[in-house]
Amino acid sequence: MSTASQTAIPATGASSRMSYLDALVQAQIEEMDRDERVILMGEDIAVYGGGKVVERFDSKRVWSMPISEASFAGVGIGAAINGLRPIVDLSISSFIYLAADQIINQASKLRYMTGGQIKVPIVFRCCMYYGAALAAQHSDRPYPLFMNVPGLKIISPSSPADIKGLLKSAVRDDDPVLIFEDTKLWPAKGDVPDDADFLVPIGKAVVKREGSDVTVIAIAGAMRPAMEAAEALANEGISVEVIDPRTLKPLDMETMLHSIVKTGRLVIVENAHRLCSVAGEISAIASEQTFDSLKKPVQRLTAPDVHVPFSPPLEELLYPNKDKIIAAVRKIAG
Amino acid sequence: MVASNQLQMQTYRLMLRIRKFEEEGTRLYKAGRIPGAYHASIGQEAAIVGACTALQAGDAMTGTHRSHGHPIGKGADLRALMAELMGKATGICKGRGGSMHLADNSVGIIGESAIVGGGIPLATGCGLSAKVRGVDQVTLCFFGDGAVNQGTFHESLNMASLWKLPVIYLCENNGYAITTSVARSHGQTDIAKRAESYGMPGATVDGQDVRAVYAATSEAVGRARRGEGPTLIEAKTYRFDEHQVGLFIRGEPYRLPSEVEEYRSSRDPLVAYRKWLQSEGVDESILTATEMEVANAVAAASKYADESPFPDRSTLYDDMYSTPLTAFASLDV
Repeated sequence: MSTASQTAIPATGASSRMSYLDALVQAQIEEMDRDERVILMGEDIAVYGGGKVVERFDSKRVWSMPISEASFAGVGIGAAINGLRPIVDLSISSFIYLAADQIINQASKLRYMTGGQIKVPIVFRCCMYYGAALAAQHSDRPYPLFMNVPGLKIISPSSPADIKGLLKSAVRDDDPVLIFEDTKLWPAKGDVPDDADFLVPIGKAVVKREGSDVTVIAIAGAMRPAMEAAEALANEGISVEVIDPRTLKPLDMETMLHSIVKTGRLVIVENAHRLCSVAGEISAIASEQTFDSLKKPVQRLTAPDVHVPFSPPLEELLYPNKDKIIAAVRKIAG
Repeated sequence: MVASNQLQMQTYRLMLRIRKFEEEGTRLYKAGRIPGAYHASIGQEAAIVGACTALQAGDAMTGTHRSHGHPIGKGADLRALMAELMGKATGICKGRGGSMHLADNSVGIIGESAIVGGGIPLATGCGLSAKVRGVDQVTLCFFGDGAVNQGTFHESLNMASLWKLPVIYLCENNGYAITTSVARSHGQTDIAKRAESYGMPGATVDGQDVRAVYAATSEAVGRARRGEGPTLIEAKTYRFDEHQVGLFIRGEPYRLPSEVEEYRSSRDPLVAYRKWLQSEGVDESILTATEMEVANAVAAASKYADESPFPDRSTLYDDMYSTPLTAFASLDV
C-alpha cells in the first residue's frame, strides 16, 4: 500500500524492503552502534527477535534480566538517570503491570518532582500479542492506561518505516517513551529507509490514504482492516481518509482535526477495550473542538469491556474487522 | 575509626545540621508554614552521616520519604532544602517535590522515593550505569526496615549481587514501619542476615554510633570500588519523634513511652559523639563555635525560605518534559 509516511521518505535515500520486526531490530542496532550509552535490557532477548542484537554486542550492552520486571524496569530508570539510555524490553505487554510502579511513580514523575534536576531518557518496549489464543494474561493492549499518566510519551505506529523512525526518535528523546508494538504487524513488510539518521518525529500523525467523505483513524493493528475497508468503500463511491496517529501521547490533534473538519464524519478504530480508550479521547476532543463541523455522531470501534477469551472463535468476536469498519462508515456516510 | 580531625568535625557539623534543621522544620510545620506531611530524621543522624561521609563527591545516593537528612548528610545547602519544604520557587525542586522528595542532584542524589522500596531499583540501576561506563562511582541506597519486605528489595539485591554492582544498601532500621514493628512484620528479624541468601556480605552496626556506621560503610565502599560488589548494612537506629509530626495514633501504643524516653535520654547519637570528641581532646570552644555556626546556617535557611516567593502560576507545566508539549498544556492557568 502506498502511504504518506512512505512518500515522506527522502527521495534521494535508498530504502530496503523489510518486515516490521526487522525494522525494529535494525533501529535498535543502529542506535546502539551510534551511541554507546544505549543498552538493551530484557528477558530472553534472543527468543523474540533480538538474536541479531545479542550476537553483535557484548554483555555490557545487552543485559539479560532475571524475571524481576518490577525491579529491572527501575534498574533501567536508575541507569538512565545516571548517564545511560536504556531500551528495556518488557516483552509481552501484560507484564508491564508488574513494572508499572516504577514507570509511573519514578520514570514519569522524577523530572517534574525534582524541578528538572534529573532526566530519564529510557524506552520501554511492550509487545501486544492479542489474537493468538494466549488468553487474557498474555493478550492485553494496555496503552490507554498509560496515556492517563503525565510525563510519558507513547508510540504505536503501524508501518515498518514508522517503527524504525519512531523507535530511533524514542532512543534519542530525553523523556521516557513507551512503545506498544502490535505483534500482528511484526511480519508486515514495507520500504524502510537505509539512512541511519532517518527519524520519524514523536507526536506527528500521518495520513495513510486521502479521502473526502469520512475520516477513519486507526491505531496499530487496526490499520490493515481500515485500509482494506477504505479500498472496498471506494468501489461504492465513498471516499475515506485514513489516519495513523503513530504517536498516542501526545496525540497530533492538529492533523486529525484538520481531516475531521474536512469530512465532518469520524470513525475511530482500535483493539484496546472501549472504556477510556484512545477512541474515547479523540472523540471527546473532536466534540469539543469541531462540534459544528460534525455532520454525524462519532463512531467508536473497539474491543468490548470483556477479557480476552482463550477459545479462538470467541476471541475473534472481540476486535473490529474490515466488515465492522465498512458498516460503521456506511452508517454515517449518507 | 574516623580518619582525621577534619572529618571528625565535619561529621559533628553534619549531624548537628540535620538535628537543627529538623527542629526548625518541625517548628515551622507546627506553625503552619510548611504544608503536607513532615517526617523528621531526629534520632537517626548517625546512621545517615556515618554512611554519607564514607562517600566521595562524585558518588550517588537514593533516599526515602524520611529524607531531609540525606541531602544534608551529603553536604547540601540548607536554604534550597528549607525553601522546598515550604513549597517555594527557590526550593531545590522548585516546589514540585516537598518534604518526601528533598532530592538535591548537585550532591549526587538521583531521587527520594516516597513509595517504600521504590528507590532500591533506581540505586541498583545507578550502579549498573557506573559499571557499564567504567567510572569510579559507588551508589549508597538508603531505605528503612519496612522496605526490606518489598519485592524490589529482593529483586534488586539479587541483581546487584549477580552483576557485582557498586552499590551499598543501607537499611536504617528504626524498628517501626509507621506503627508496625520489625518483630510483627519480618520472618527474619536479623535484616543483615538476608544478605547471605543473595550472596553478598551483610553487616549489622549500632546506628547510634556514627563511627561504627562510618567504618562499616567505608569497608563496603572499598569493596564496591574494587569491583567486588554490593553490601547490605543494617544500621540499628531509632526515630525519636512520631512517624510524622502531629500524627495522633489511637489505641494501644505501638511503642512504649519509656522506650522512646530511654533512647532520647541515653542513645542520642549527637550527645554520644560530642562526648567522644571531648574525650579525644577536642576543645569545648571548637564545639561551641560549630554549634553556633550551624544555628546561624539554619536560621539563615529559614529566613531565606520564608522570604522566597511561591512558584508563579505560569510555571505549572515546567519540567514535565525535556521540551514542552503544548498539546498537554491546555489547562487555562
